[in-house]
Amino acid sequence: MRTENEIIEDFTTREYEYGFVTDIDMDILPPGLNEEVIQFISAKKNEPDWLLEWRMKGYQAFLKSKMPEWQNFKAPDVDFQDISYYAAPKNQPKYESLDDVDPELLRTYDRLGIPLEEQKLLAGVAVDAVFDSVSIATTYKEELAKLGIIFCSMSEAVQNHPDLVRKYLGTVVPHSDNIYASLNTAVFSDGSFVYIPEGVRCPMELSTYFRINAQNTGQFERTLIIAEKDSYVSYLEGCTAPQRDENQLHAAVVELIAMEGAEIKYSTVQNWFPGDEDGKGGIYNFVTKRGICKGDRSKISWTQVETGSSITWKYPSVILKGDDSVGEFYSVAVTKGKQIADTGTKINHIGKNTKSRIISKGISAGQSNNSYRGLVQIGKGAHKARNFTQCDSLLIGNKCGAHTFPYIESRNQTAMLEHEATTSKIGEDQIFYLNQRGIDPEKAVALIVNGYAKEVLSKLPMEFAVEAKKLLALTLEGSVG
Amino acid sequence: MLQIKNLHATIDGNQIINGLNLEVKPGEIHAIMGPNGSGKSSLASVLAGREEFEVTDGTVTYKGMDLLDMDPEIRAREGVFLAFQYPVEIPGVSNISFLKTALDEIREHRKQEPLSARDFLNRTREMQKLVQFDSALTNRSLNEGFSGGEKKRNEIFQMAMLDPSLAILDETDSGLDIDALRIVADGVNKLHTPEKAFIIITHYQRLLEYIVPDFVHVLSGGKIVRSGDKSLALELEEKGYDWLREEIATS
Repeated sequence: MRTENEIIEDFTTREYEYGFVTDIDMDILPPGLNEEVIQFISAKKNEPDWLLEWRMKGYQAFLKSKMPEWQNFKAPDVDFQDISYYAAPKNQPKYESLDDVDPELLRTYDRLGIPLEEQKLLAGVAVDAVFDSVSIATTYKEELAKLGIIFCSMSEAVQNHPDLVRKYLGTVVPHSDNIYASLNTAVFSDGSFVYIPEGVRCPMELSTYFRINAQNTGQFERTLIIAEKDSYVSYLEGCTAPQRDENQLHAAVVELIAMEGAEIKYSTVQNWFPGDEDGKGGIYNFVTKRGICKGDRSKISWTQVETGSSITWKYPSVILKGDDSVGEFYSVAVTKGKQIADTGTKINHIGKNTKSRIISKGISAGQSNNSYRGLVQIGKGAHKARNFTQCDSLLIGNKCGAHTFPYIESRNQTAMLEHEATTSKIGEDQIFYLNQRGIDPEKAVALIVNGYAKEVLSKLPMEFAVEAKKLLALTLEGSVG
Repeated sequence: MLQIKNLHATIDGNQIINGLNLEVKPGEIHAIMGPNGSGKSSLASVLAGREEFEVTDGTVTYKGMDLLDMDPEIRAREGVFLAFQYPVEIPGVSNISFLKTALDEIREHRKQEPLSARDFLNRTREMQKLVQFDSALTNRSLNEGFSGGEKKRNEIFQMAMLDPSLAILDETDSGLDIDALRIVADGVNKLHTPEKAFIIITHYQRLLEYIVPDFVHVLSGGKIVRSGDKSLALELEEKGYDWLREEIATS
């Protein structure tokens, strides 16, 4: 009979089975960062002068920036001169058919319930001519175009909608915001651009799946979403499937802009390679995500499920500028092995009657460290602003760490802030109780964890939520002995 | 169905079961009584397979199989059910989805098809009615915020749903008021069939007013010191446990 500790040990030391290397034929720039490199990128993408100038401003800011020191882990030494900043993907599939793909990977896709065509896309398999992703994407695009919705890659947007891009790019996350945002400004590769016109409710979840040219934009992604007055959009980023990537450093920037009465829902599931048992080779996920509720009665909500990466360092934030605007942050962060997560949110209440809600659920196992860091700022004019924060930590085993760093700054006496925090352990009693009802220890852990994270998972769009639940179970499965 | 022979078990190095023998046949109801610390709940834990308990000697045969060799979940799937003395709370996991998961696992083990959603719901309704379980509790998180009595009644409801062959009730009566006690006992009586056996662990005789046992055993110092029919329970009620101790000491 396996003891609880053995099971926990098993799953916390289990290797990431799905990391694999691709050798897609690329047009790669040699490693190094300087003004010529930035000019090269900009020229390659045929960008207008103003964009090159903006990139250069980012580069200058990057040169002046220092690495932050307040985080609750030792920031890795990233050699910025050792990174290649441009790699043009050629559309050469790696495999001819799914038969050539690692069966273990396919098994994972199956268990996550990912449709066949998407499996091919993810695994790098040539897609059938009849039913390919391009045609799906085109169909969607046509439907969206009828409503005046723009959904395309950032590169396309720069070419086809330069005025919109110029008007909003960098207005929420300025070029000098932080060292990684500055770097992104200088060298950003591609990303998504979304524009929802006034009064339009986007009829489908916009997902990076269905964006042409979405692959291999990974490392320095730049996303911009604009929701005009009284519009609505729900955007999904990433996927539950284990994602391949050769780049260790990920420094993306996401900017959201919600005008009067508009609502933006942004959901993320992140499952990048977490590194080997010692945490080596895993992805550094250093992302700057921020939204602004510009208009009155606007709303932005972030939902994230973070299970991958060796270091996850991000604080999806909301600036509540408009009166009666609402900001929300729902997060589940799972760390195991030697993974590190330092994540949370920043909510800046500026307008009157602004409301925010923060629900953070950390799950730590193995020798990992999981920190919640949150800042709630109430400005002078934010009369009757309200915040509710709940951050819970769940520990599995006794070698992991959970930390909470909630900061509150209030300059207005009429504001109301509530904070709740709990720390709990998965009890042997809970596991035994479920065992006694016929449920094996691994399923028991999955059930308990999904129950714990329910409040956040329920905020994800339906299909995504189902996948995320399976992902949590799978992440916690721990090779059955 | 169940043969316990010369069972010895320890927890943290302390001898807690000390040469216990018991045979339970299908359809029988056995009551196990005894003072606090006599090993009643430990026996339930050992039978269910709680890992903190180490069996140092003896055998337990269940339906011809070596029970002690099975993982707890296998014992459960083979039809051993423990109604816990202190049922745990599992936040966020709804009672109903927990039961569906459990029932699916058990049926799979028995090579039965999983119940369709409709059949499952019908069964849920039927069993709720049978054991008078409030349907509102079925949809709530497992035991979360339940009162003591509600938790105990949930154990009986789960027992009804999972249809075990051997049910062990570990002080299910403790902390119940007289109405709840009657409902629990009524549930057990309705679920009792000639194929099913019950081991009812209790400190007091009052539950046995509603569930009539075929045998009553008195546990002391980790073994059965006396067995009899239901009249033994009455005798204990009347005289307490001290006279028994004295009798054992002098014998």
